[in-house]
Amino acid sequence: MRHAIAQHLGVLRAALRRMFASKLGGLLNILVIGIALSLPAGMYALLQNAQGLVAQLSGTPQISLFLAMDAQADDIDALRKQLAAHSAIHGAEFVARDRALEQLKQSTGMADLIGGLEKNPLPDAFIVSPRQNNAQSLDVLRGELAQLPKVEVVQLDSDWAYKLEALLKFGRLAVLILAGLLSLALVAVTFNTIRLQILTQRDEIEVSRLIGATDGFIRRPFLYFGAMQGLLGGIMAWSIVTASLLLLNRPLGELSQLYASQFVLHPLSFGDSLSLLLFSLYLGWLGAWLSVARHLSQIEPR
Amino acid sequence: MISFTQVHKRYPGGYEALKGVSFDIAEGEMVFLTGHSGAGKSTLLKLIAAIERPNSGSVLVNNQNVGALGGGALPYLRRNLGIIFQDHKLLFDRSVFDNVLLPLQICGFDHRESGKRVRAALDKVGLLKREKTNPIALSGGEQQRLCIARAIVNRPAILLADEPTGNLDAAYAQEIMTIFKSFHQVGVTLLISTHDESVLRDGDVRRLVLREGELQP
Repeated sequence: MRHAIAQHLGVLRAALRRMFASKLGGLLNILVIGIALSLPAGMYALLQNAQGLVAQLSGTPQISLFLAMDAQADDIDALRKQLAAHSAIHGAEFVARDRALEQLKQSTGMADLIGGLEKNPLPDAFIVSPRQNNAQSLDVLRGELAQLPKVEVVQLDSDWAYKLEALLKFGRLAVLILAGLLSLALVAVTFNTIRLQILTQRDEIEVSRLIGATDGFIRRPFLYFGAMQGLLGGIMAWSIVTASLLLLNRPLGELSQLYASQFVLHPLSFGDSLSLLLFSLYLGWLGAWLSVARHLSQIEPR
Repeated sequence: MISFTQVHKRYPGGYEALKGVSFDIAEGEMVFLTGHSGAGKSTLLKLIAAIERPNSGSVLVNNQNVGALGGGALPYLRRNLGIIFQDHKLLFDRSVFDNVLLPLQICGFDHRESGKRVRAALDKVGLLKREKTNPIALSGGEQQRLCIARAIVNRPAILLADEPTGNLDAAYAQEIMTIFKSFHQVGVTLLISTHDESVLRDGDVRRLVLREGELQP
């Protein structure tokens, strides 16, 4: 067993040696694979970050009911009862117009501007928490709430989040298509590299066949080469993505500070990184396997 | 050890290389296969190593029907054969040592054990001092001896040689015949094809004579 492992390691060493024997050629291949994979991987990382942002903002959708300016205490009381009795509503919080103005003063730093106003421009409002938060039932609820007396405007807070969600869905599909195409390119690059290698080692393959090498023995160094090239390409892609995200984080930090928020791009998670490496290793192996299956049978000893 | 029964071999295009060849070679025998070029000597050797397959008749090696052997069993048949090729088939991208090492790598020999065996084989053909050389720098006779070293390093029971003295002068040819005789003495079965009658002068050896694809009595 130990002997067999030593043999496989020997083949692996030989494959790596061969890769670095042609320094520039090997490096260029790895670079091509790395860049090809870094595009979908980078887009995926950005989408993951946007996804996190959406989840953070739209965790509990709320509906704001802004009342007409002439709504009286009686109207508000009636409305409160109606909302409490509604089956689709979990709870409703009343925000008086004076309190809303106070909050606005504190949270946005526009106290000077607001202090200059002659009268409070804000209406009374209810903040409604619905029981269900799928887009359809929220729409129905919004329609019903708009019919209530003295309700001027109904606003679904998470409206934009749903729009963003749909946009992300579109983005995910684009990443998937891009990843599919570039994976195909990776397989093609490996296929061609292995084809050239088989051609240059034609004599060795022929002699090996004549002195009793099994197909597995002949195939192994090519498969290992393909897998190694894929893996190194994957590492290259991971490095490109990680370096780019770190680079983007600084200007993004300055930008988000201007909007008074804290937003940083997170690098690929451990699981995603591992998937990227394993996937690129597998693609390299697949390209080599296809090439070997296609070309080795053409070399028969004479 | 090797047994041909009514073997026919026709190449695509209709050329008949062997016509109903039958013979037996016992274990430990040394047999010379002679005949003009084109008589079918190389074809006969290729049939034993399953490089070519017979159209009819049977080729038995070690009681295995080589003609019917599946692709998966082929490598294991060839590991029992040492083949010395007419065109050497040496690899010029590696040293003399690594050329001889290849059969042992293929059989999965232990690293230290194979080093010993390679040196023993090189010693036997007198190339031990050239182990680091690239075979392209060797003379014709030395390349031939290297090819022999590669064929015997695996200690095969059967040695096949296709025109091993083909392009060599008499002194080199005699040297190589001496090497073959030493293998014969330790019990290896040898089948050596040659058109060079001079190497057959001395000694009482068995000969198979091929003429236009048929064995002469």
